Amino acid sequence: MYSEKVLDHYSHPRNVGTLDPNDPNVGTGLVGAPECGDVMRLQLKITDDGVIEDAKFKTFGCGSAIASSSFATEMIKGKTIDEAFQIKNTEIVKELNLPPVKIHCSVLAEDAIKAAVSDFRAKQEKLKEVHS
Amino acid sequence: MVQLPIYLDNNATTPVDPRVLDAMLPYFKESFGNSASRNHPFGWKAEEAVDWARETIAKYIGADPKEIVFTSGATESDNLAIKGVAEMYASKGDHIITATTEHKAVIDTCKALERKGFKVTYLPVNKEGFISLDDLKNAITEKTILVTIMYANNEIGVLQDIESIGKICRERGVLFHTDSTQAIGKVAFDVNKMNVDLASISGHKMYGPKGIGALYVRKKNPRVKLSAQIDGGGHERGMRSGTLNVPGIVGLAKALEVCMTDLSEETARITRLRDKLYNGVTAVLDEVYVNGPDPLTAPEWRLPNNLNISFAYVEGEAMMMGIKDIAVSSGSACTSASLEPSYVLKALGVGEDIAHSSIRFGIGRFTTEEEIDYTIEHVVTAVKHLREMSPLYEMAKMGIDLKSVEWAAH
Ligand SMILES: Cc1ncc(COP(=O)(O)O)c(C=O)c1O
Repeated sequence: MYSEKVLDHYSHPRNVGTLDPNDPNVGTGLVGAPECGDVMRLQLKITDDGVIEDAKFKTFGCGSAIASSSFATEMIKGKTIDEAFQIKNTEIVKELNLPPVKIHCSVLAEDAIKAAVSDFRAKQEKLKEVHS
Repeated sequence: MVQLPIYLDNNATTPVDPRVLDAMLPYFKESFGNSASRNHPFGWKAEEAVDWARETIAKYIGADPKEIVFTSGATESDNLAIKGVAEMYASKGDHIITATTEHKAVIDTCKALERKGFKVTYLPVNKEGFISLDDLKNAITEKTILVTIMYANNEIGVLQDIESIGKICRERGVLFHTDSTQAIGKVAFDVNKMNVDLASISGHKMYGPKGIGALYVRKKNPRVKLSAQIDGGGHERGMRSGTLNVPGIVGLAKALEVCMTDLSEETARITRLRDKLYNGVTAVLDEVYVNGPDPLTAPEWRLPNNLNISFAYVEGEAMMMGIKDIAVSSGSACTSASLEPSYVLKALGVGEDIAHSSIRFGIGRFTTEEEIDYTIEHVVTAVKHLREMSPLYEMAKMGIDLKSVEWAAH
């Protein structure tokens, strides 16, 4: 039922953890809802020139949701935020071999990446306003 | 060493007891006759076996052998009872009362009748899964022809107060059907003491074969009449046509006999294992919630073999992956095709997050102490692993009220 890759990410999730949400260089994306059975939190540490140097996640959800977020943290490290924003859920589906009923897990991961990047951008905007 | 995988899903189905299989085998082989063949010994032998089975089942539920109708299982029994009464008594009334937490075999049968113009009241349940007797009394009208309320719930193990429900129905002159599939062979059941007019029984929940069941149909005080749902050769006094499944029928009766012979011993053993499992996980893990009545403080209101618990902040399917060598089931949406969490758990009003986190453990006759020890250990490990990566657990531990968070639902 599960692909090898999903099982591997489930048993050995990469980059589980928490970054300081108040750090101006950290963007946090929290998507999903407990009533829906999945919540993903993705946090990105981004350098001043817009490169993702670290990524951490925590996920409440099924094995495929955990694997999707774990895999997402792996694939975006080292990317620029513009590149990260372009990531499509289909890449996750393909890589993890997700069956059709689990596609929403990959959509959630894509949403989490976008939410984290947007949070970072919003923070940077605010900082600029304060400084100008 | 325990042998893997471990089967802890005995509310879904049970293995056939070797004693049951032994009783059945001759009726596949040398005694293969058709019980309706009245003119030769092959038929007589089969008929004898069916008579024995009918008497045995009747004896253990306090019925008369003529009140037992063999069917293909509880789904068919539920259909026959509910549709059979609805059609037969349509001139008397068009109203049926049931509960929101019934098995689909009852709910969907009622829905089918609604499409034909019948009116159905679905009684709500409280946090533990009980219907309110006052709600029931208030729901009964002049037009009510049938109340159908299950004895034991298949998901959360709650036992309804069947005796009081039966009393109310009798006083108001309304027929009472109970889906007793999960209860029979596990807890005391007597159709007269409980004023039950119709009861559904299934073989495979009590160590008998799949595809065999029975419907108890009261013959006097009152005499219940049913409109047949399967027409043909007029078997089972016209209520259910079709050549009788003799080996299955023998297996059904033998299964019940074995259950009833060892009932108190088996109940004690299974209850002890169930409580050991519950105590074992709650000793180490916080925020574990029971669905249904509390097994420790209200054991008399719960099936002894059922433990349905929610591990807060951990999703059920992920949990099942974490204990992949232990066969259980979950009310989580992810384990259903519909992506909706269990309607039974939702009906308890405990919150959908709790429904998503639920795991049903069904202990059985062949469950060993070692298997329970293994299960405790692996459940604890899996929950810790998953809470470690649960944002909800982290937020809750930081004192954030998850209900106050504005979730970006998708
Ligand atoms: C309460 C209840 N009713 C009915 C059924 C259906 O029984 P069967 O599989 O014999 O049709 C089941 C089992 O799935 C059950 O648990």
